[in-house]
Amino acid sequence: MTTKLKEVDVVIVGLGWTGGILAKELTETGLKVVALERGSPRSSENDYSLPNIRDELRYVVRHDLMQNTARDTITVRNNPQQDSLPMRRLGSFLPGEVVGGSGVHWSGHTWRWTDMEFKVRSNYEERYGKKFIPDDMTIQDWGISYAELEPYYDKFEYTAAVSGKAGNIGGQIKDGGNPFEAPRAREYPLPPLTPILASEMFTDAARNAGYHPFPRPSANASQPYTNPDGSKFGGCQYCGYCQRFGCEANAKGSPHMTVIPIAMARPNFELRTNSWVTKVLKDSDGKRVSGVTYTNVLNGEEFEQPATIVLLCAYAINNVHLMLLSGIGAPYDPVAQQGVIGKNYCYQTGAAATLFFDGKFFNPFMNAGGSNATIDDFNSNWAFDRAPLDFVGGYVVAGGFNTPLPIGYRPVPSGTPQWGSEWKRATAKWYQTAMVINASGSVMANRYNCYDLDPTYRNAFGQPLMRMTFDYKVNEHRMGGHAAQTINTIAKSMNPTKLNPASARTDPWTVVPYQSTHNTGGTIMGTNPRDSAVNKYLQSWDCHNLFVVGANVFPHNSAYNPTGPVGALAYWTADAIKNRYLKNPGPLVQA
Amino acid sequence: MKKQEFDRRDFLKTAVVGGAAAAGGTAAIATPEVAQAEQPAAAAEAAAPAGYAFLNLDEAAFVEALVDHMIPADEISPKGTDLGVNIYIDRALAGAWGKGERLYMQGPWKLGSPSQGYQLPLTPAQLYRAGIAATNAHCRKAYGKPFDRIADAQRQEVLIGLSTGKITFDNGPPVRVFWTTLYQTVIEGMYSDPIYGGNRNKAGWAIIGFPGIIAVHRDHVAQYRGKPFPSKPVGIADMS
Repeated sequence: MTTKLKEVDVVIVGLGWTGGILAKELTETGLKVVALERGSPRSSENDYSLPNIRDELRYVVRHDLMQNTARDTITVRNNPQQDSLPMRRLGSFLPGEVVGGSGVHWSGHTWRWTDMEFKVRSNYEERYGKKFIPDDMTIQDWGISYAELEPYYDKFEYTAAVSGKAGNIGGQIKDGGNPFEAPRAREYPLPPLTPILASEMFTDAARNAGYHPFPRPSANASQPYTNPDGSKFGGCQYCGYCQRFGCEANAKGSPHMTVIPIAMARPNFELRTNSWVTKVLKDSDGKRVSGVTYTNVLNGEEFEQPATIVLLCAYAINNVHLMLLSGIGAPYDPVAQQGVIGKNYCYQTGAAATLFFDGKFFNPFMNAGGSNATIDDFNSNWAFDRAPLDFVGGYVVAGGFNTPLPIGYRPVPSGTPQWGSEWKRATAKWYQTAMVINASGSVMANRYNCYDLDPTYRNAFGQPLMRMTFDYKVNEHRMGGHAAQTINTIAKSMNPTKLNPASARTDPWTVVPYQSTHNTGGTIMGTNPRDSAVNKYLQSWDCHNLFVVGANVFPHNSAYNPTGPVGALAYWTADAIKNRYLKNPGPLVQA
Repeated sequence: MKKQEFDRRDFLKTAVVGGAAAAGGTAAIATPEVAQAEQPAAAAEAAAPAGYAFLNLDEAAFVEALVDHMIPADEISPKGTDLGVNIYIDRALAGAWGKGERLYMQGPWKLGSPSQGYQLPLTPAQLYRAGIAATNAHCRKAYGKPFDRIADAQRQEVLIGLSTGKITFDNGPPVRVFWTTLYQTVIEGMYSDPIYGGNRNKAGWAIIGFPGIIAVHRDHVAQYRGKPFPSKPVGIADMS
């Protein structure tokens, strides 16, 4: 039996960065807001504190903060001809499942995606001609511009304590920043982190090669900071336990220590944890949604929560799953190329080299989530000519470390035995004297990379799992090859004692090992309901009181990490709801 | 004192069966390597939580031989059993992870392609059990003895066979899946926090100069840039 609860103004499904931002912004208006979070409550003081948070086995290997695949997962296949099979444990990506979501365990890399992405099809067609874009590459313009989003990027960066160096303030190129970034109104709220040796060496080598290195902008507070909402940050301790962990220093910008506690302090906000939303309910006329059903996972009791506005703010994958389970919008069919829900699932690609320097001490365990230096010369640099290389998109290259903890990171030169004394000697010699250069590359949409409901497998609630069909295409292989060349050229110029070079990836995408928690698309934004699920305000074309917020609205994936635009779009949507939708509920864009 | 004709497993088995005849029937002639592997360091023995929670006698002998072969005693570190890697593995298999926590365990079951990841209808503990039995069956066929009683060079041959997929199991789990799990648990036993039973005395972390859970490097970044960081590793128990 389902217990029907009293109607509220707003129900938020999932309380991470997007849900937290919307909770904070909408409770300011006095609306009664309820957030339903499937995970458990956790706090910096009680859970992300010393000594227990510094546990690589628990947090990195056993996924303590992540989605429990025994209860709900997806099925995967590389192409429509293959049988889809369940992802039986996490690997390639790690959705968070606690209050704060993936915003607790991220590294903090915060980028501003630009019109390079938002006008991707127009840009490439204009410069390279229509034929440059392959027929099956379903990229499209987003329907939004960088100029519209700029103030919201700013708001997110100042909320999350992003440390960095501006490269372009109001059109003026600034030394030390990213010269290819789009113009920003002002500097970052905090100066860059103290560089580590590996990032300094990469910076020198990249500059000598004619590139434009800069410190990676990251929500790791380089010094104590109070954000405009009054949330207090400690300075980053360079502890080396960043990605996959909650931050005990409250130095990593996270929703559980910024926007969420602000909403929590208001009487018109209520958080229900351990509350698993199974469906969004459509109103009888089909033009609106009336609320959601959810299960209290502590006792199995089912509730209906009616609401005037529903905001889907779960992890990108789970937002799409809920849309498919709820039958809102036409499911995407890759053969007929009709329908929109599930369309344009994208991921990222990469390449990496390990450089070994005999006798040089990098102290890899001293680093912040964002202490690597980066170049953007092959991504947002539109002067980089793609014509001779024949690919759409780009990649960023960085030098330094990523979670260099010993279960997962023990670099040895290729050809070293996997066990025995020789292996131990190599591990002992090179752990501290190696560094990494890696590339993160965009993935363009393809008609066959998509989601739908799996015909066979079900979750703990008896509902079909979502099926992900994904593989890299020739476009990504070409780009990966170019990225590997760039990495190896820079690496060789640094004269390492030994080098494990980067190589171009050509094998299929696989669910192991970890690659990146940057899954995008499925309910994409756009200019019309024929080829997108939501409009530029992330409002459903089908039901105007439903907003779907997160990287699931990205029509393709960039080389950059997604949280910058995810946060900015959440503020942008909050603004549209507060200042326009509430005054005149209805479609914010006419179809 | 530890010099003996047959190992602890034989002793325990004969204790159950009773009588010298049974002992004579199963006693192995200990190779020097095996005899050496049976001698725990006195200090480490005192620190080890005794006993196994999951592994049976054959499995314990396999795991002890495995970790001492993969992590031999040398100038870099004590051997695997002295690091407690066998204890780590036993506790991991006995605990939630070994029993399949977080593992989606609904059928139908298909092997799938490697890109689809783990697809066996087995918990990690069940996989370990089946894989050890299959490896020992291979060893008996190839060398006439289980893994823990073959010579060092033969163990090396077996591990290379497992890691490269040259050995295959008849009607058993895929060798590569077993090896991947086996290898990962050995690494975890060397480098996870000592509260889990391995990395005893933080000797695993000491191999690579990893300072453990030390938290405050804010000033160290500049101070130790390019210089070795002098550290005595600190674990969770040291701060609890």
